[in-house]
Amino acid sequence: MTTAATAPSDRSAAPAWSSDELMTVNAARALAAARTCFVGIGLPSTAANLARRTANPDLVLIYESGAIGAKPTRLPLSIGDGELADTADAVVSVPEMFNYWLQGGRIDVGFLGAAQLDRFGNINTTIVDRGPDRPEGRLPGAGGAPEIAANCGEVLIVLRHSPRNMVAALDFRTSVGHGDGVGDRARLGLRGRGPVAVITDLGVLRPSATTSELELTELHPGVTVNQVREATGWPLAVAPEVGVTEPPTADELTALRALKAA
Amino acid sequence: MSEIRPLRDAVAELIHDGDTVAMEGFTHLIPFAAAHEIIRQRITDLTLVRMTPDVIYDQLIGAGLVRKLVFSWGGNPGVGSLHRFRDAVENGWPRPLELDEHSHAGMANRYVAGASGLPFAVLRGYRGTDLGGRTSTVSTVTCPFTGEELAAVAAVNPDVTVIHAQQADRAGNVRFWGLTGVQKEAALAAKRVLVTVEEVVDAFEPRPGAVVLASWTVDAIAEVPGGAHPSYAAGYSVRDNAHYQAWDAVARDRDAFTAWLDRTFPAQREGAVPA
Repeated sequence: MTTAATAPSDRSAAPAWSSDELMTVNAARALAAARTCFVGIGLPSTAANLARRTANPDLVLIYESGAIGAKPTRLPLSIGDGELADTADAVVSVPEMFNYWLQGGRIDVGFLGAAQLDRFGNINTTIVDRGPDRPEGRLPGAGGAPEIAANCGEVLIVLRHSPRNMVAALDFRTSVGHGDGVGDRARLGLRGRGPVAVITDLGVLRPSATTSELELTELHPGVTVNQVREATGWPLAVAPEVGVTEPPTADELTALRALKAA
Repeated sequence: MSEIRPLRDAVAELIHDGDTVAMEGFTHLIPFAAAHEIIRQRITDLTLVRMTPDVIYDQLIGAGLVRKLVFSWGGNPGVGSLHRFRDAVENGWPRPLELDEHSHAGMANRYVAGASGLPFAVLRGYRGTDLGGRTSTVSTVTCPFTGEELAAVAAVNPDVTVIHAQQADRAGNVRFWGLTGVQKEAALAAKRVLVTVEEVVDAFEPRPGAVVLASWTVDAIAEVPGGAHPSYAAGYSVRDNAHYQAWDAVARDRDAFTAWLDRTFPAQREGAVPA
């Protein structure tokens, strides 16, 4: 899934990076101002741990297994690896985590992945429709995501960009982003702001202030708007001004590769 | 009062065909040895409850012992799918699997209600999602004070809850620490409780933050060192991540899984798993 990209020629001294590395580095940067982050396993965990090594050393990582303020020295495979508890500021039970900490509104940023995402940032991680003659494809299910999406101050989503993942209509709505459009979160009584950015391997999408529909606001270096359109399963809205993300720095790449290798 | 006894006897006495069984442990302290004893004894038609079915329920489902699964996240953490779970749901192999599916917050609160002797629990959850459309155990309730509509989830009261803990003492009290998950609630919600432990000690040394289940809340304790493997017991073992990764290839293929079952439980294999 990773495609090699090379630095622009005027940065010929800079190292090359993969599209996955671009995604992860930009996801970590999105946590620069956060105090606390509820971390899903996989890409979100990689990005949040990278943030603690680069943009935000004081970031409090919270894992649904009960670890608050985990400081793992290497990437955990599961959300319940022993090192998360051993290095945590506090370890709490699962009901306490979901009721007092998450539902209580004490967590700034929820960081989620997705199997399917729609134009309003709603997420499916439950089932996929594989056609009339085939059984539904089974995904892991909801886990903590519905209430993370509902109750964190804001939500970041990280996923690889493809028409299979970025779909016109979800097969199942597991977690609510901006629902059916602007104002829907308030109508549903969801207290957090919902998704503020979707970081992919091609660029960054953010909800429009007027419609809540995701629009392309930044491209990663070397990526074109057409590439993103082709990888999106709905007619993609594009912001009037599309920026380009800063290339990964040598420090970011070194930290990320060390994290992955450990 | 709890009794300290061999695992085989405790499982045979406490867990029966058709029971609703919760085997909890949130990544940490998962009672694998007790699950393997269930496979050995071919206790079947079970309704299994667990927030994260994990490899432990993948094995029980693949062995054909499970009728229904109550859960909130069914993956192999950090690795991928639970293939036996998927095969049962998608293809009915080795038998169809009924699902009652929730979010983690919902499942945690279902145990809290069960432990509290309440018929349901209240939470801010599920709103705007499709989850409520596939289960009869989520509804809504109106707050009598504010008028706000909130989610209501039905209590879970398993026939049996099985957990793994670090220690029991000679008096039959149980103690566990580290990531303590939802085990206290799952145990107190159940009619019967079986605990496997790393070791039985004469008396507990002080340990702030540990969860203690008094002996009179537990029916049976079995001393099974390493009984959580490939999960782990903080202070005794570390999570065997390589085992979780290797399970993917075993579970992905029906023949490979059946060979694992034959190899691991050789005496129980005479036509035991329906094709």
